[in-house]
Amino acid sequence: MDINRRQFLSHATAGGAAATAAVIAAPEPAQALQRAPHPRKPEALGLLYDSTLCVGCKACVAGCKEANDRPVEIYPDQESWNPGLWDTGKGLSAKTMNVILAYRDGSMEVKDRETDGFAFIKRQCLHCVDPSCVSCCPVSAMIKDEVTGIVYNDADRCIGCRYCVYGCPFGVPKYDLEAAVTGKIHKCELCRHRLAENRLPGCVETCPTGATLFGRVEDLMLEAKRRLVLRPGDVYTYPRGDLNGRVGPDTPPHDKVIEAAYLPEIYGDRVLGGTQTFVLSAVPFDRLGLPHGNVPNHSYATETEGIQHFMYKGMIAPTVALVALAALAYRSSRQHREDDDNASDADEGGR
Amino acid sequence: MTTTHARPAPVGGRIITPFFVFLCVIMGAAGIVLIQRFVFGLGASTHLSDGYPWGIWISIDLIIGTAFGCGGLVVAWLAYIFNKGEYSPLMRAALMTSLFGYALGGAAVMIDLGRWWQGYNIMLPWLWNPRSVMLETALCIMVYIVVLMFEFSPSVFERFKMRETKQRMMKIMFIFTGLGCLLPMMHQSSMGTIVILLGYKLSPLWQSNLLTLYFLITAFTMGYAVVCFESIMAGVGLKRPIEMPLLSKIAGVMLWIMVIFVTLRFVDLTATEAWPLAFAGGIESASFWIEMLAAVGAIALLAPIGNRSQVRPLFLASVLMLTNGFLYRLNCYLIGFNPGEHYSYFPSIGEVLVTLGIIAVHVAGYLVLVRLLPVLPAVGRAKPLPAAAVAASH
Repeated sequence: MDINRRQFLSHATAGGAAATAAVIAAPEPAQALQRAPHPRKPEALGLLYDSTLCVGCKACVAGCKEANDRPVEIYPDQESWNPGLWDTGKGLSAKTMNVILAYRDGSMEVKDRETDGFAFIKRQCLHCVDPSCVSCCPVSAMIKDEVTGIVYNDADRCIGCRYCVYGCPFGVPKYDLEAAVTGKIHKCELCRHRLAENRLPGCVETCPTGATLFGRVEDLMLEAKRRLVLRPGDVYTYPRGDLNGRVGPDTPPHDKVIEAAYLPEIYGDRVLGGTQTFVLSAVPFDRLGLPHGNVPNHSYATETEGIQHFMYKGMIAPTVALVALAALAYRSSRQHREDDDNASDADEGGR
Repeated sequence: MTTTHARPAPVGGRIITPFFVFLCVIMGAAGIVLIQRFVFGLGASTHLSDGYPWGIWISIDLIIGTAFGCGGLVVAWLAYIFNKGEYSPLMRAALMTSLFGYALGGAAVMIDLGRWWQGYNIMLPWLWNPRSVMLETALCIMVYIVVLMFEFSPSVFERFKMRETKQRMMKIMFIFTGLGCLLPMMHQSSMGTIVILLGYKLSPLWQSNLLTLYFLITAFTMGYAVVCFESIMAGVGLKRPIEMPLLSKIAGVMLWIMVIFVTLRFVDLTATEAWPLAFAGGIESASFWIEMLAAVGAIALLAPIGNRSQVRPLFLASVLMLTNGFLYRLNCYLIGFNPGEHYSYFPSIGEVLVTLGIIAVHVAGYLVLVRLLPVLPAVGRAKPLPAAAVAASH
């Protein structure tokens, strides 16, 4: 199993930086010009990832690669010990649109414990309710599906400016820099090509424990809320595959005793304007590498678009300004032009 | 009025100098990197990564390069709108520098675009995303490059003695002057809005709701400083008198804009409680302090009225203002940007060579054009350097 060692260490030791970041958490509302946040789409689709169920087998990573035809990822510093079969991605990339990372602390004795424990986290596109990437794309190449809310990229429109890569608060879209001339944006699109064939997303179909669950966002939210009231020692029947059993093969649920207490928060409910993929965990979300505590409950796009809207709505303000400026310039240029003409007459007369 | 300013005239002289050849060598090296970039891709020629999708080609060549091109903006404001032509000796040189700065910034974007072959998509109205700050910025820059060409065109018409064309152009010039005052304010401020989207990924030392305003301010401060810097450099390098009375009047405006900028930053950083990060050490803190000290230094140099009419303090102040603006923008786009997960970025030799190549094109282009076109004010009316003299030397 691949575990991103350096990353855990950083999370374990970056307490100082995290504390500083928490101090300057954005107040709400961030600014007066902010536009209203986008609402959730009623028929939106998404995932529920339950970190306490995840055993870190990475079947979902392999499933994603197969479903999306992406190659195995081996970093240059891994080549000496990895001959080429073992997929050892350290994070999201153009080759890896879904990855399991691990948190470890101290002696790593107990799963889902912050101190001297370990935990897993699945990183992929969370399909924001109010996505920055869709807001910032100049050529409408990032699209949020009107019905499902799935955020996908249209390479035929994309100019490769990579503002979405730069701007995404979750670090999701990746541009294939290695490609000579065929580079494009790669990101999780919730296997919309498979959903169209009534098949589950690659990561969901392969998940043996139901840690990654597919469903309508509304249903997933209810399922998450049901789990939050569970206490250690309770037994819960965890569904697998599609929460409602409509998409994909019929996968039986399984009973499991709750070992670690869930944190009383559904990650993705409100963070950064909300997402369509939720995370449940027993270990604090920022420890798992998710933006938490230092981010607002609205999309940053509400701030940039608010400013943009204020200045350029209907291009009224720029037009008024232009007319005023041109009138001023016209007034002063009449005198100026007469001088120029007189002077150039003198110059050419002298030659 | 005619006595208040000298008419522009070509400087004349040799074009092929050892320095010019040196610039050409840099351009050649950059050209080789460009072949590498377009044949083998961005990954092969740059140190860009999944964490750092934008490197120095965007932050320096575009974001800072166009700020260096804001001389045209500030001189247009002063000359045409408030001062009725008093600043026109500086006008053409500033417009030419702006044209270079913007055209080369645009070229850098084309080099940086991953899917450059569909770059024209940004000009297709049915693909426009009106919510995108970058769309406004990109379209506005493209229009402004055309506006700058019109603004600069009288020099070319004069050179080729197209007197009627020039007169016709001058009659509608007020439209381009208006656009030349407005458009840079739009896209320069939007460059600040672009990084507001970064949210927590941009250090609180720079992340602010006022980024839009700060980028507008630095467009003006850098624009002013470039005019000042360039006038003095042209004066010393091309052995010409320096337009001190004009420069010192500009210096007074510079001072107050810098004071407003630093005051706003100070209040903002205090309100967002970001000061601890300034003392956290590391490259971010260092870059923050150099940026701030440069601003304070420029203010200190410009505060005494006597300093504003002397070449040395004025030159130093303009260098400090350029340093401040350069670092402020670099900090906002690159140094203060932290994508996490252990990504790091330092430009590749290829990236640096392309950036140097772009600067070389700028400098070489300036040197060629001031010699051939009536850009700089003639040195005294008794000693004209008319276009005919340059033409005869060929």
